[in-house]
Amino acid sequence: MTAPPLLDIAGLTVEFMTRRGTVTAVEKVDLEVRKGETVGIVGESGSGKSVTSYAVMRILDRAGRIATGSITFSGIDVGRAAESAVRELRGREMSMIFQNPRAALNPIRKVGHQLEDVLIEHAQASPRDARAKAIEALAQVKIANPAERYHAYPFELSGGMCQRVVIAIALACQPQLLIADEPTTGLDVTTQKAVMDLVVELTRARGMSSILITHDLGLAAAYCDRVVVMQQGKVVETAPSAAIFEAPRHAYTRKLMRATPRSGVTLRDLLPQGAAPAGATPRRQREPAAPLLVVENLVKEYPRQGVVGKLRHLFTNKLEPEDEKPFRAVDGISFEVGRGETVGLVGESGCGKSTTSMMITRLLDPTSGRILFDGEDIGTIPAKGFARLQQRRRIQMVFQDPTDSLNPRFSAARAIADPILQLGDKLSKRALQSRVEELATLVGLPTALLDRFPHQLSGGQKARVGIARAMALDPDLVILDEPTAALDVSVQAVVLNLLDDLKARLGMSYLFVSHDLNVVRLLCDRVIVMRQGRIVETGRTERVLEAPAAAYTRELLAAIPHPPV
Amino acid sequence: MSQITEPGTLQPLPLHSGDVTADTDIARPPSPSLLAHARYVVAENPVTGLAFVLFVLIVAAALFGPSLVPYDPLASNTAAALQPPSAAHWFGTDQLGRDIFSRVVVATRLDLGIAVASVALVFVLGGLAGVAAGYFGGWTDRIVGRIADTIMAFPLFVLAMGIVAALGNTVTNIVIATAIINFPLYARVARAEANVRREAGFVQAARLSGNSEARIVLGHVLPNIMPIMVVQMSLTMGYAILNAAGLSFIGLGVRPPQPEWGIMVAEGAAFIVSGEWWIALFPGLALMLAVFCFNLLGDGVRDLVDPQRRT
Repeated sequence: MTAPPLLDIAGLTVEFMTRRGTVTAVEKVDLEVRKGETVGIVGESGSGKSVTSYAVMRILDRAGRIATGSITFSGIDVGRAAESAVRELRGREMSMIFQNPRAALNPIRKVGHQLEDVLIEHAQASPRDARAKAIEALAQVKIANPAERYHAYPFELSGGMCQRVVIAIALACQPQLLIADEPTTGLDVTTQKAVMDLVVELTRARGMSSILITHDLGLAAAYCDRVVVMQQGKVVETAPSAAIFEAPRHAYTRKLMRATPRSGVTLRDLLPQGAAPAGATPRRQREPAAPLLVVENLVKEYPRQGVVGKLRHLFTNKLEPEDEKPFRAVDGISFEVGRGETVGLVGESGCGKSTTSMMITRLLDPTSGRILFDGEDIGTIPAKGFARLQQRRRIQMVFQDPTDSLNPRFSAARAIADPILQLGDKLSKRALQSRVEELATLVGLPTALLDRFPHQLSGGQKARVGIARAMALDPDLVILDEPTAALDVSVQAVVLNLLDDLKARLGMSYLFVSHDLNVVRLLCDRVIVMRQGRIVETGRTERVLEAPAAAYTRELLAAIPHPPV
Repeated sequence: MSQITEPGTLQPLPLHSGDVTADTDIARPPSPSLLAHARYVVAENPVTGLAFVLFVLIVAAALFGPSLVPYDPLASNTAAALQPPSAAHWFGTDQLGRDIFSRVVVATRLDLGIAVASVALVFVLGGLAGVAAGYFGGWTDRIVGRIADTIMAFPLFVLAMGIVAALGNTVTNIVIATAIINFPLYARVARAEANVRREAGFVQAARLSGNSEARIVLGHVLPNIMPIMVVQMSLTMGYAILNAAGLSFIGLGVRPPQPEWGIMVAEGAAFIVSGEWWIALFPGLALMLAVFCFNLLGDGVRDLVDPQRRT
């Protein structure tokens, strides 16, 4: 191709001034984006992929600066251009979509008005026809009833809808380059597919170039022409996306690819070559004993308290039927978990899976239904009093966010010891310490790190502390609430293997709550698919994932981005 | 009983799943020590350093002042009345010939004592009430919230005057009055901070670990909001000093001849028109510096205790 690329990054180095001296976030990155091309930048956290895009937009924060290298965007040197010139470029020539769409929108302004602002600011519309153009832009991102949604506030829209509005704003001025920074992280898999399809369709139709920044190799491969893999601030590999999956050249790319859960592999396959013993751990057959946990007709209702309903109640003193009917987050579900079994609870956000797990862990009281744990109905014990009972020992949980679930003022050792101190047998100080060290060793946390506080530990280490804490009391049932959702893919691979090994050694049951079918496939014996508070499908993992009976399960499976292998 | 309860029988898991080298992310190095961090905060913001120096001076004056001053703060000497500042009397003398420098320094202990006592009192009462309101919500929240609203509905200084007048004109009652008017500030800050942490993951985890609600509030939530409360304490300390001096100024609380900044300013005010400016000026300056110091210190303490600023 002889035409100069739209965006040409040459030898870019970005440095941040910190207390510990200068930190190089991006080092000698070369990258070009041609017209009409979609380039994926893939890497784990700290790889410098976002910083690169911020440098392109010149929105680095104050401590960061471009040390060397140049960024040329359609002939303009962005790195050295005056701020006013860059401001002209931003929005009109290149624009950006951020990770959290709700945070990117002003919460107290109607989305239509926010769209108008951009149109008027960049002289795409006059105040007179702005409204019509804004509605048209909303229609282009496939928002149903755009004239109505024009008046919606961000909190009235779902995450996927908000991201569509953000895309509409980003594309309002017909930019030449769109940078999408993790645009679908935090969105459901079906929404992710819809949003990504929309981005690709719109950019293709307009002949735009785009950069997709993501941690998900599968997503990048499915939607990008070329993929750039970054590690610790450096580009390690650049290749067309088909080629990168067929023949990854760099060791890091291979490691990333291995660690990505996908169909047709076992848990052990996720680990780097050589680290795993040959062959998979055989799935243990369930012994036909009485199930450990039986859930019968479990229901959780929340009263609807709409402002409109309340006002109507105040003034007319009568309730409309729809106000009176409470919202059912969990709508009469029944299932069992056998001893030593791993059951996956799968569904998209709002399907009631978290509410269900909270009720089983007895942090939340069910409205009706029974939770039989080892034959005893624990659903009737109020959640408030459950903490001090002996049954508490037997049901533990590993939380989604390892950072949020550790007390910032407790050291790792203190965090692991907490359940033992509260519920365990009285131990001498030395016995307690040796028990904590034993648990740390069990989860592969170096005992030297036990004195550290959460902010001094990495994500994977924090996850291990959380797991050790859950294992401290020898529970019979552990609820895993998306335990790897906040972790990088290679750390996820290690943590999933750890969980599987722990189960094999300690023989407990897992209830694995997740939205990621690929992860569920690896870990679970049986799967329960939930939607809108109800169970849609249940069965053995292989059966459900290979021959799904319910239309919704098929939809979920189809939405997973498949790398072109 | 599974194998894990017998200590010593456990072997570490095989390398493939337990080895940390398999983690790609590397732990951050430990944070610098508190001292190193304090040095950094002071170096970055010299005004904070100044405030720390002032603070040390004020505390030293409160602790050792009475045994260091050149004159007895209560001894009157009519022969030397109303003398302007000189080498013998640095800050001059008042209408009874008492050395103003000695009186200003000795007064530090009383003023600081009132402020510290009232802030400690309101920290315990307001902090606990606020944390309980934020954590438990419901009726606790409503009651604490309405108490705070009621106090806020009064002009605070007038309320303090009323409380001292009603309870009796003593130093203890000044402490109580100052604590009461600061109550809403503490209760609201503590409530907001506790409310945010109410559903935090580590609180849920503490429930799973078998902590009772009371233990979660005191052992998990409260320690996490302490940094913010400490900043709040430093900021209100200056206000408490001002309030105590203000009450004394209008004749409530501390009585003459006891040296106290507010009374000294009140006594000196009458002499300004006749040209004896030093009687009111120096205690006023001491008051100003103390308030100034604690306000600046609040900013410094916030930088010091905020973990975000540590890395």
